[in-house]
Amino acid sequence: MSVLVYTESEQGTFKKVAFEVASYAKAVANQLGTTVTAIAINTNDTSALGNYGVDKVLNVKNTQLDKFNANAYAAVINQAAESEGSKVVVISSSANCKYLAPFIAIGLNAGYASNVVAQPSSTSPFIVKRSAFTNKAFENTQINTDIKIIGVSNNSFGLVESTSSVSTEDFSPSIPELGVTVDSVDKAANTVTIADAEIVVSAGRGLKGPENWGMIEELANVLGAATACSKPVSDLGWRPHSEHVGQTGKPVASNLYIAVGISGAIQHLAGINASKVKVVINTDPEAPFFKAADYGVVGDAFEVVPKLIEKLKVFKAQQ
Amino acid sequence: MHSIFRNKIINFVATKKIDTQKPIKMKILVCISHVPDTTSKINFSDNDTKFDTNGVQFVINPNDEFGLTRAMWFKEKQGAHVTVVNVGGSETEPTLRKALAIGADAAIRVNTPATDGFSVAKQLANIVKDGGYDLIIAGRESIDYNGGMVPGMVAALVGANFVNNCISLEVEGTSAKAIREIDGGKETVSTSLPLVIGGQKGLVEESDLRIPNMRGIMMARQKPLTVVEPIVTNAETTSVSFEKPAPKGAVTLVSPENLDELINLLHNEAKVI
Repeated sequence: MSVLVYTESEQGTFKKVAFEVASYAKAVANQLGTTVTAIAINTNDTSALGNYGVDKVLNVKNTQLDKFNANAYAAVINQAAESEGSKVVVISSSANCKYLAPFIAIGLNAGYASNVVAQPSSTSPFIVKRSAFTNKAFENTQINTDIKIIGVSNNSFGLVESTSSVSTEDFSPSIPELGVTVDSVDKAANTVTIADAEIVVSAGRGLKGPENWGMIEELANVLGAATACSKPVSDLGWRPHSEHVGQTGKPVASNLYIAVGISGAIQHLAGINASKVKVVINTDPEAPFFKAADYGVVGDAFEVVPKLIEKLKVFKAQQ
Repeated sequence: MHSIFRNKIINFVATKKIDTQKPIKMKILVCISHVPDTTSKINFSDNDTKFDTNGVQFVINPNDEFGLTRAMWFKEKQGAHVTVVNVGGSETEPTLRKALAIGADAAIRVNTPATDGFSVAKQLANIVKDGGYDLIIAGRESIDYNGGMVPGMVAALVGANFVNNCISLEVEGTSAKAIREIDGGKETVSTSLPLVIGGQKGLVEESDLRIPNMRGIMMARQKPLTVVEPIVTNAETTSVSFEKPAPKGAVTLVSPENLDELINLLHNEAKVI
């Protein structure tokens, strides 16, 4: 009956989002009066889950799972859910979790709610609040099936510490045919991804050309942030598509979103609306972004950003 | 003489062999969601339980349109046959006609409102099984409900391979090479037909998207749009009500001469740095 949570890792180490989904699972388990079981795949050290209320870890070590495969990972999670008799399965909103979620849903005959932003408002009927219309609205969704799958929106619940004594069991599920094999992975090392970032620094056409992105990267670097861009910038080829945030690009749900030289088209604002605090830097005080932002600086990015970098360096040094 | 004759026979046999191996036309199904235009203001009616379609312009879901455009490439370069499908009421037919005008060969509408992702996936899986499609192209998510579950569920229900967040796709015979966007990068994968993809921008570029011309619009009228009655499904999830985000307070402006104040506000007031 325990709530099952899939705690993702990368190269053997838990991703931050693993602790957020564990925190969420603990909250649901409290509502239901049950315990939390985590399923961890090829993770070296799972003890940190004891800081987030996990009672038991099913530890899978299998070289067939070294590379992500949605079919295989879903099969592992399904077997864990069956072995635990879980009625609620909690996953994140990472690209991999969104990829495997439909397979768990079909495998377990379970209803799936994605982009969930809060713990269930009711467990009978089971109702969760999720973002919809690309963050222009929220939908309260009732999950009607016996088993429920919740995809937690990144940075929506946060980390909630709760100490538990965690037991670990080796778990050896059977692995199905993969169907899709990975030939190569192209991933920049040591950069923060938009999905995982707490802070995102984003820039638009106001920067005038791709050669001016150095200061954006430096600002991101000082803040430990990911870099992003507006749709015109990615369409012009100034920045890669993977940085495009907005309705047809990536959604952003960071704690802080800094927009430099972005006017704030409705599609862009929708995509970043889930970010908690928004700062805009723009020369045009009439830019729509000022209506959506919490803090604004009316000024030339080429003057403001370098000054801000210097001041942030001083601030960071004092911390 | 003898050897030349034999070579000719071998050549003849070889040609014959190639002829019989000529690939059959790939059958593509493009799943089209009928969604509010990206610039739409979102409102709700009936005590916030229904999406208010008043004054809303509906379009082909952008993620699906990238896929449809890629399907046109397969049609023109590899002779594929392209069918588009939508699960919805008759009000969605203009969206299907637009897909026909862009160049799809045939359209199917499953005559039932699209209530939840699972039911839609069941209806689509039924169409896929009936039509024997090799490649099913859907968008990674619709821009209205953002469920992101339909393509993967269709793959699971019909037992096809699945690549989500697909930004590049090549098909040769029954093998496929795809590129998938992952958090912070991309991944190249190999798989085989039958295949379902959850597509997005990158499958084709924004500039490759096609606006139907007059000839396409005229031809679309002659193309078959088949209405299929739904199979019985049960909704796994139900939309109970909607909420709009709380109205935002006014922006706090900080002078560009006083950026220490901005840092102070972000640190002490917003507590985000």
